[in-house]
Amino acid sequence: MTNNAPAIEAQSLTKRFDNVVAVDAVDFGVRPGEVFGFLGPNGAGKTTTINMLTGLARPTGGAIRYFGHDVTRNVKKVQHLMGVVPDESNLYPELDGFDNLCFCASLYGMRRREREDQARALLAQFGLADVAGRRFAAFSKGMKRKLAIAAGIIHRPAILFLDEPTTGIDVASARQIRQMLADLKSSGTTIFLTTHYIEEAERLCDRLAFIVDGKVVRLDTLANLVRDIQDQHVVQLTLSGGTAADLSGPLHETFPDGRFERVCDSVLRMRTDHPVHLAPLVRFLEDRGVGVTEARMIRPSLEDVFVEITGIELERMRKEKEKGGRGS
Amino acid sequence: MKLWIAYWNILLKDMRTYYLKPPNLSWGIFFPLAWTLMFFVKSETAVDVRSLLPGVMALSILFGTTSMLAVTVTFEKKGRSFDRLLLAPIPLELLMLAKTSGAVFFGTLNAFVPVVMAAFVIDLSGVVWWQLLPAVLLIAVSSTFLGLFVAVSVSEVFEAQTFSNFFRFPMVFLCGLFFPVQMLPALMRPLSYAIPLTYGADVLHEAVNRTGHLPVFVSFAALAGFCGVLFLVSLRNIRKRWIG
Repeated sequence: MTNNAPAIEAQSLTKRFDNVVAVDAVDFGVRPGEVFGFLGPNGAGKTTTINMLTGLARPTGGAIRYFGHDVTRNVKKVQHLMGVVPDESNLYPELDGFDNLCFCASLYGMRRREREDQARALLAQFGLADVAGRRFAAFSKGMKRKLAIAAGIIHRPAILFLDEPTTGIDVASARQIRQMLADLKSSGTTIFLTTHYIEEAERLCDRLAFIVDGKVVRLDTLANLVRDIQDQHVVQLTLSGGTAADLSGPLHETFPDGRFERVCDSVLRMRTDHPVHLAPLVRFLEDRGVGVTEARMIRPSLEDVFVEITGIELERMRKEKEKGGRGS
Repeated sequence: MKLWIAYWNILLKDMRTYYLKPPNLSWGIFFPLAWTLMFFVKSETAVDVRSLLPGVMALSILFGTTSMLAVTVTFEKKGRSFDRLLLAPIPLELLMLAKTSGAVFFGTLNAFVPVVMAAFVIDLSGVVWWQLLPAVLLIAVSSTFLGLFVAVSVSEVFEAQTFSNFFRFPMVFLCGLFFPVQMLPALMRPLSYAIPLTYGADVLHEAVNRTGHLPVFVSFAALAGFCGVLFLVSLRNIRKRWIG
């Protein structure tokens, strides 16, 4: 393996399905030991990119390198290095938790004693020891997710691909998974993570790439991404008695320096490069029958960066995902 | 990487999960019994079990292997657990051999259910076992690969059954098991020689009743050829459709 080479490198990676370009010449490199976040809305090309990187789809164009070696035409050669946790479970519903893990370990050539010991250790680590003998089909969604992650790491891969690991599961399980990812990172595992939870990316990732319509529109460290908007002033207004839905035109005319976004029906955000004078804004809204129950200054976050770069409303993205929309 | 561990465990899992389940085992027993009874009911004279044996054996293999493999692979592909196998560092050729080995074993086992039943009513001492055993194995392998070809061509489990029948029933009537190929209309005869079961059935007839028409080694070579072609075409389709 080449020294200092990225653990994963995509160069002009492209995937076309007939006339649709799902992934459009994306470039990125993932450094060994880092957590690399891949953020984007449904249909942006996140899962297709993972499929190409892991060997489940063939690229239409571009190159894939692992530790400096070109494996574009034969990802199989490096599959022993990777663990993959897809967005939907791919374990065996008719096998129990323990047998699922042992079977997955056997696919990587692990011997019986080793895979059984490792399966027991992972079941204990994920708090699944009590349900080890239960059929996978009878697991709760959170338990299924944890077992899928355990199956993805049972052979101790150098690189772990995680596609939306905490989508649709309970808060406690999500927290446990995030802690486990932090532990894996500490142990030196390279993690490629797709998520639509900005807070999760903010907490876990060293670097982030935003993907929209198959294109990587921005890639940087968390610090650099946030630095761009650190000087911005953001005020968040909680509204009552109406929404600002119909006021977008008049707001822009009256406050030309401000950029407005509706977080949801009752929450409006204004962003400017200068300090915000609240009184005229509140008066403007109240004159039009919209009450303001709370106004607060907020620190610009990664969420703001995402919205600014992609122009996508996060609330809409979350709702789409939680409705059960699958990644692309 | 110890590939044999992966191969063995895929085979073992499939045997435990699919093939050795009670409903499938009972299928293996009832299917040949049902065919024999059908001939018994139809026949106006005493049933010649010996002449029926090759046909019932071949049908048991054909239906057992194609049904099971087409359904299990389609089921795993639809449930996405097949993706887990594709993500494992196992060459596709070995992976598909592991997935098909269970069906070959199941089909071979099915073939011997009518043999065991027949052993109670007829004398099997004249059977040429060195011809019969490889014939059973090759029919099982070619039928399994036909099931694989079907599985790769469909996306729903019910489609797998329907599409399997599209091949199976014409094969039953064209392969010479129940009507000799020589008795078929001249136009249909070339079709008979384009299906693997014709060669398998001919060896079985020869091994059990000495009534085969083709040289045994020609039939073995033809069966091996069909196995190779069906396997390669299926692999090509998997690469094209599932790793597209």
